[in-house]
Amino acid sequence: MAEATHDVVHRHEPPKGFIRKYIFSLDHKVIGIQYILLALTAVLVGMMMSVLMRLNLSWPGSKLSILGTLFPTGAPGGVMSGEFYLSLVTMHGTIMVFFVLTTAPQGGFGNYFLPIQIGADDMAFPVLNMMSFWVTLVGFLVLLTAIFAEGNQAVGAWFGKLGESAFGGGSGTVGPIGGWTGYAPLSALGKVAGPGQGAGVSLWIISIAIFCVGSLLGALNFITTLLNMRTRGMSLLTCWAWFTTAVLALLSFPVLLGAGILLLLDRIAGTSFFIPGNLYVSGSLLPLHNGGSPLLWQHLFWFFGHPEVYIAILPGMGATSHILSTFARKPVFGYRAMVFAIFAIGMLGFFVWGHHMFISGMSPYSAVAFSILTLSIGVPSAIKTFNWIGTLWGAKIRFTTPMLFAIGFVSLFVAGGVTGLVLGQTSLDFFFHDTYFVTAHFHLVMGVASIFGMFAAIYFWFPKMFGRMMNESLGKFHFWITFLGVYAIFVPFHAMGMLGMPRRYSRFDEYEFLKHSKGLVLFVTVAAIITVAVQFVFYFNLVWSLFKGKKASDNPWEATTLEWTTATPPPHDNFAGHVPIVYRGPYEFSVPGAPKDYVMQTEPEGIEVSSRLGEISGNGGDGHRH
Amino acid sequence: MAATVTGTDRLIEATMGGGPGSRDGNGFHKNGGGGAEDGHPLRFSPARYRIGVWVAIGSILMLFVALSSSYIVRSASGDDWRPIVMPKVLWLSTAVILISSFTMEVSRRSLKALNDAGYGRWLAITLILGLGFLASQLMAWRQLVRQGVYMSSNPHSSFFYLFTAAHGLHLFGGILALGYLVLRTTRKRDTVEGELKRLGAAEATTIYWHFMDGLWVALFLLLFFWK
Repeated sequence: MAEATHDVVHRHEPPKGFIRKYIFSLDHKVIGIQYILLALTAVLVGMMMSVLMRLNLSWPGSKLSILGTLFPTGAPGGVMSGEFYLSLVTMHGTIMVFFVLTTAPQGGFGNYFLPIQIGADDMAFPVLNMMSFWVTLVGFLVLLTAIFAEGNQAVGAWFGKLGESAFGGGSGTVGPIGGWTGYAPLSALGKVAGPGQGAGVSLWIISIAIFCVGSLLGALNFITTLLNMRTRGMSLLTCWAWFTTAVLALLSFPVLLGAGILLLLDRIAGTSFFIPGNLYVSGSLLPLHNGGSPLLWQHLFWFFGHPEVYIAILPGMGATSHILSTFARKPVFGYRAMVFAIFAIGMLGFFVWGHHMFISGMSPYSAVAFSILTLSIGVPSAIKTFNWIGTLWGAKIRFTTPMLFAIGFVSLFVAGGVTGLVLGQTSLDFFFHDTYFVTAHFHLVMGVASIFGMFAAIYFWFPKMFGRMMNESLGKFHFWITFLGVYAIFVPFHAMGMLGMPRRYSRFDEYEFLKHSKGLVLFVTVAAIITVAVQFVFYFNLVWSLFKGKKASDNPWEATTLEWTTATPPPHDNFAGHVPIVYRGPYEFSVPGAPKDYVMQTEPEGIEVSSRLGEISGNGGDGHRH
Repeated sequence: MAATVTGTDRLIEATMGGGPGSRDGNGFHKNGGGGAEDGHPLRFSPARYRIGVWVAIGSILMLFVALSSSYIVRSASGDDWRPIVMPKVLWLSTAVILISSFTMEVSRRSLKALNDAGYGRWLAITLILGLGFLASQLMAWRQLVRQGVYMSSNPHSSFFYLFTAAHGLHLFGGILALGYLVLRTTRKRDTVEGELKRLGAAEATTIYWHFMDGLWVALFLLLFFWK
C-alpha cells in the first residue's frame, strides 16, 4: 500500500544518498547551484586567459616560464607565439559566451529561483533538467580537451588517430584558432588550414554542438514550467525575462546546432557546404571541394549569435528590475511596459543578425533593412532604462551590495548600448568593424553588464540559497573597484577603435600608426589586472560567507516574492508540501496604510484598498486572461 | 511605511504614474495564473507533456528550417548541384509513415474510448511501422551506396544523407516513446497521477509522431520535387 500514501500535493521525498542528493540530483535548486559552480569555474579560466592576452599586448616577447612548460611549442621558452595569442582569444570568447554568460543567468539563477518564484515544487521535467546540466558539463570538458588536443603533442597525437586531416593536432597552440565565431572556410578545412585548425577546431565544434543540446533541454523545461506550473495570479519580471530567454534559446540554438553539424561534416565527411571551389590555402589548391558558400556559415552563425546576446543579458535585466524595486522600496515603474519591452527585445533579436555582416558584401538594401531593425531595438531598451530610472526616482534607496550592482548594470547597459547605435549604422560600421570599438561595445553591454546582473543576483539571493549573508564591506569593495575597473578597461577600447586598432592582433608594436597608443594599452592592462585581482575578493567572500557569514533570516531584504516566504534554504519541494497562493503583485512596496512598508505576495488580507484586492483575488482562477 | 513617503515624492510618483500613489500602472490585475484550476491547487497537470512536446517540436522545426534554408542557399551557390535520382524505395517509406500516422490516430482514439486492448494493439502496429520506415530508409541508403553515391559525392547527396539521418534520429526518439507506452499497457495503473501521466505521455507521443510524419513528407518534397 505504499503507493496509496502518495498524495498529489506532497509528492516527493528528498533523496537520501549523497550521489542522488548532490551529484545526479533532480532537484532544481541543486542543479542551479551546479550551473553556478560551472560558471564560476569557467569564468576563472576565461579571466586568466584575458590576463595572459593583456600581458602579451603590453609586453610582447616577455617570458612566462610556466607557459613554456605547459605549452612547449605554443610558447617556446615561455614566449607567447602569435598563434598562442589567437587561441587565447578564441577560447576566452567561447568559454565566456557559452559557459559563463549562458549558463549562470539562465541555468544557474533561473533554475534555482524560477520554480520557487512561481510557487512550483520543481521544474516540469526534473530528469531533463538534470540531463541538461550534465550534457553542458560534458560540453565544457570537451572544450577544455580542445586546448590540449592542439596544444600538447602527446594528446594531439592520440586524436590524430581519429583522422589526420580533421583531428590531427599537436600544432602547439593553446587551442583552436578561429575566434568564437569560427568563420568558414578556414574552420571547415582541417589541418591544412594551418596551426590551430586541426583537432582543436573539431573538438570546439563538437563541444558547441553538445552545449546546444544541453541548452535546448533546459529551454524546453523552462518554457513548460512557466506555462504549466505557475501558481494562481503569478506574474513576475524575473520570470518573464527567463521565459523570453528560454524562447530565444529554443529557437536559436537549433540553428547553431545545424550549422555546427554542417561544419563538422565539411571537416570529416568531405562535403562542401561552406567550402568554395578553387580555394588556395597554405600554398596549395584544394581540389576536392566545390561550390560551397562561406557566407552561409555567417548567416547561420549570426542568426544564432544575435539572439545569444539577449540570452546573456535578459536574465540580468529581470534580476535588475527585481532588485532595483526591492531596494528602492517602490514598485517597478511601468511594469507592463517592462514586460513588453522584454518581449520586443527578444523578438527583434531574430531579425538583426545581418548587422554583424555589413562588410560581407551584402546588398545595400538589405543592409539598410538590418540597420533600421537594429536601431529600433533602441526603443524597448530605452523604455527599460527609462523605467529603471523611474523606479529609482524619488526613492529612499537602500544602498546594499546587490543594489549597487543592479545600478551598475543600468549604467553599463546604457554605456555599452549607446555604441550599438553607432555600430548599427552601415556607414559607421564600415569603419569600426573588427576594431576595438566593437570589442568595447559588446564587452560592456553583453559581457560586463550581464555579469553585473549576475553579481547583483548572487549577492541578493545568496542568503536564501545558503542561509547566510555575504559580507557587505567586502561586497562594496568588490563593487567599486570592479565598477571603476571595467570602465577603465573598456572606455579606452573605444578610443583604440577610433584609432583603427584591429581586434584579435597579437601585438601592436610593429605598426607605425599605432605607435602613440602604447600608453593607452598599458593603462588598460593595469586596469585589467587590478579588476581581475579584485574578483578574488569576491571568490573569497563567497567561500568565507558560506561558513562564517552572518546568519540570514528568511527574508533579510524585506522583499515580497515567494522565495522569501519559504524556509532558508528552501526544503526539497520548496514549500514543504503546501502550495502557495498569490494574492498580490510582486512589487508591493511602500503601500500606503500597510503596517510595514512592504506586503508579501501571499498576504491575503490587508489595509489595502478593498476594491483592488477584490479585483486581484477574483482573477486568480480564470486562467490566461491578458 | 507610508510615513517615509514625503509630499514631494508623492507628487513625483503621481506625475510619473508609478509608485505608491498609483499602483495601477503595475499591470498585474489582469495576469491570471496558470496551472491551478477550480480552486484546487493541482501540483501535477498532464498538460505539461502536451506543452513540452509542442515546445520540442518548435525547436526541432528550427533545426530543419536552418538545414533547409542551407539547402536552398547551397543549391543556388555553385555549379556543382546535381540532384541524385530518387531511390524508388522512398515511396515505400513515405507510404509506411503515412499509414503509421493513421494507426497512431486509431490508437489514440481507442485510448480515448477506454478501449485498452485496441489502444495497445494499434500502438504496437505503429511501432512496427516506425521500425519498417527506418528499415526502408536504410534500404534507400544501401541502394545509393551501391550506385556509388556517397555523402561527399555532391551537395545534393550530402543533404540527402543529412536530412534522412537527422529525421531518422528524431523518429527513433518517437519509437522509444512508443516502446515505453507499449510496455506501460501491460503494467497495472497504480495511482491517479500515474494514469494521468500515461494519458499525457500518450497524447504527447501522438502529436510528436504526426509531426515526424509531416516532417518527412516536407523533406521528401524538398529533396525531390522542389526545383
